[in-house]
Amino acid sequence: MAAAPQSLDALLAARTVWPAGRGTRCADAGQPTGHAALDAALPGGGWPPRALTELLLPADGVGEISLLFPALSRITAAGGRVVLVAPPCIPYAPAWQAAGVRLEVLDIVDAAPADALWAFEQCLRSGACAAVLGWPDTGDARLMRRLQVAADSGDCHAFALRDRRHAANPSPAALRIEYLPDAQAWQVRKCRGGQVPAQPLRLAS
Amino acid sequence: MLWACLLLPQLALDAVLRRQPDAKAAPFALVDGPAQLRRLHSVNAAAAAHGLKAGMRLSAAHALLAGVSTQAHDPQAESAEHRFLAAWAYRHSSLVSRQWPRAIVLEVQASFRLFGPWSQFEHTLRAELESMGFGHRIALAPSPTAARVLVGLRDGFAVTAQGELSRLLDRVPVRRAALPDDAGERLYRMGVRTLGALRALPGASVQRRFGADVLAHLRRLYGEADDPVDCYTPPDRFDMRVELGYEVESHPPLLFPLRRLINDLCIYLSARDGGVQRFVVRLEHDTGHTDVEVGLLAPERTSTMLFELARNRLERTEIPKAVVAMRLQAFELPPFVPAARDLFDTRPQQALDWPHLRERLRARLGDEAVYRVVPAGDPRPEHAWTRHVGADTGTIADAPARPVRPAWLLPQPVPLHDTGLRILSGPERLESGWWDGDDARRDYYVVETRAGQRGWAFVPPGRFDGWMLHGWFA
Repeated sequence: MAAAPQSLDALLAARTVWPAGRGTRCADAGQPTGHAALDAALPGGGWPPRALTELLLPADGVGEISLLFPALSRITAAGGRVVLVAPPCIPYAPAWQAAGVRLEVLDIVDAAPADALWAFEQCLRSGACAAVLGWPDTGDARLMRRLQVAADSGDCHAFALRDRRHAANPSPAALRIEYLPDAQAWQVRKCRGGQVPAQPLRLAS
Repeated sequence: MLWACLLLPQLALDAVLRRQPDAKAAPFALVDGPAQLRRLHSVNAAAAAHGLKAGMRLSAAHALLAGVSTQAHDPQAESAEHRFLAAWAYRHSSLVSRQWPRAIVLEVQASFRLFGPWSQFEHTLRAELESMGFGHRIALAPSPTAARVLVGLRDGFAVTAQGELSRLLDRVPVRRAALPDDAGERLYRMGVRTLGALRALPGASVQRRFGADVLAHLRRLYGEADDPVDCYTPPDRFDMRVELGYEVESHPPLLFPLRRLINDLCIYLSARDGGVQRFVVRLEHDTGHTDVEVGLLAPERTSTMLFELARNRLERTEIPKAVVAMRLQAFELPPFVPAARDLFDTRPQQALDWPHLRERLRARLGDEAVYRVVPAGDPRPEHAWTRHVGADTGTIADAPARPVRPAWLLPQPVPLHDTGLRILSGPERLESGWWDGDDARRDYYVVETRAGQRGWAFVPPGRFDGWMLHGWFA
């Protein structure tokens, strides 16, 4: 007995079927990254909402904050709160302000490594923050899973900036993006609900 | 005017027992009197079931029930509890008096519009007293003295009309009419059994035999004279102490009394319509004490939140010696404006707002742990920003326009040993600070390391060695 015929549009809309080779658009649009090439490559058209995004870096200071600046500036301009949990250096106020981030809603939390994960999760879960940046130095996938769940329940953009050696480990993050120093480009390693672009993306800084 | 009288028959006992978890089940008695002649001051229901009674000798009580736990009666603690209840009653009425021992009198008619009719209001009062752990009786009458007499007769008496009250009072036995001194007992022995009979006697002779007080009392009772009360005014500070009765050297047993103290603080705050920004939990030892300070960035009065914060700080405090008592003091009680929330707020259900989250983080990570960065006018990078720890920064002014600056600043410049350094832009000469002894003469360059990181580094003017890294263009 044949199943009732369904229109292709309905199947596509439900995202049970998607055309190969072409990106699909998520129902929940992401926060535009401010980089056109990256927006086009990501399924939601930007940083995924209610989810953990992993930035895998060879070292601090390779342009990871410039990558986030357009989104952070848009979030703070809309009144959303951005929290940095135990950043590796001091966020230099004049530079952040020049990048368009409203410092009135940018809070920094100092925490020892043992407390940083706790603080990260509290900020994500609270629902009081629009975006939280953390530097979790853990290889434990269960802890990352907790962060992902917290970001979901707190309706919050979570950005975990980690060493690229974690790239080999599986991760529950919705989006993983790695910096390739040789090519000076960003390579998407995983994106939920879409196809991973084959080519690394060079972004004009 | 209608007056409600709340009688707390076991005030001294409740004052002790409400601070102890699961205290209802075990037999317990308060004792007083000289050391050689200890007598029971009051007993709880479990002890009464074993035949113990107030006034009994302690040795007799031990003979009846060896396992009864006892504690010395502390009149000061009882009176502190009485004051606290007056503060609590102040939430419900502006006219509150604690002129009679173990009783609180409050004017309620003016509060009906806010709290609903008497049956509902009475229910509220009972529920709150119950949750605070006080046994009670309540009566309502048109005058405070009459309410005090009625509450001694039966729990839940409510008389609102003066005529009905007079008929009722005529039948009240003289010994239970709260007459001054021992007049009630003497009248009873003379054969005057009820107030009606007393009123029928000629006033002049009653006054000669019993003094003017008895007649004045009668007139106040029957509403024939004004019935003034000493009104309670709430103090401007909160200070409450709990005697633990045993020595505590770990944190968990301190949490129950802490919760009670914080609940009391919040009840007190809501009566004042105030908040608390700074309070001290003092752990008293046999000699000396340990203070746990709790400071908030903005006034608060949510008991769960205050408890969580105090608990976090308490658990991080080391207890050097056994704790015998706990005291909570709050001297600054600023006005409190509850945060307004939008009816159509789309934030998640269990959401915590930012002030609460911030206090939670500060409680665990330290008072200085949550801050903001604010740009300053100084051109030297290390002085071009300041930390701001506080509730609100206001609007932050723009920093002066300068060439490109890095997103990350290192706490201190560090030597940069990199042979493959590539200069991308610069120099930007910075020469400043000769006036404050922190002289800086530097040429700043944007450089790229071999690893591909872009850094902000400086050298002494005119030289190209001794690179010092000061930031990252992240």
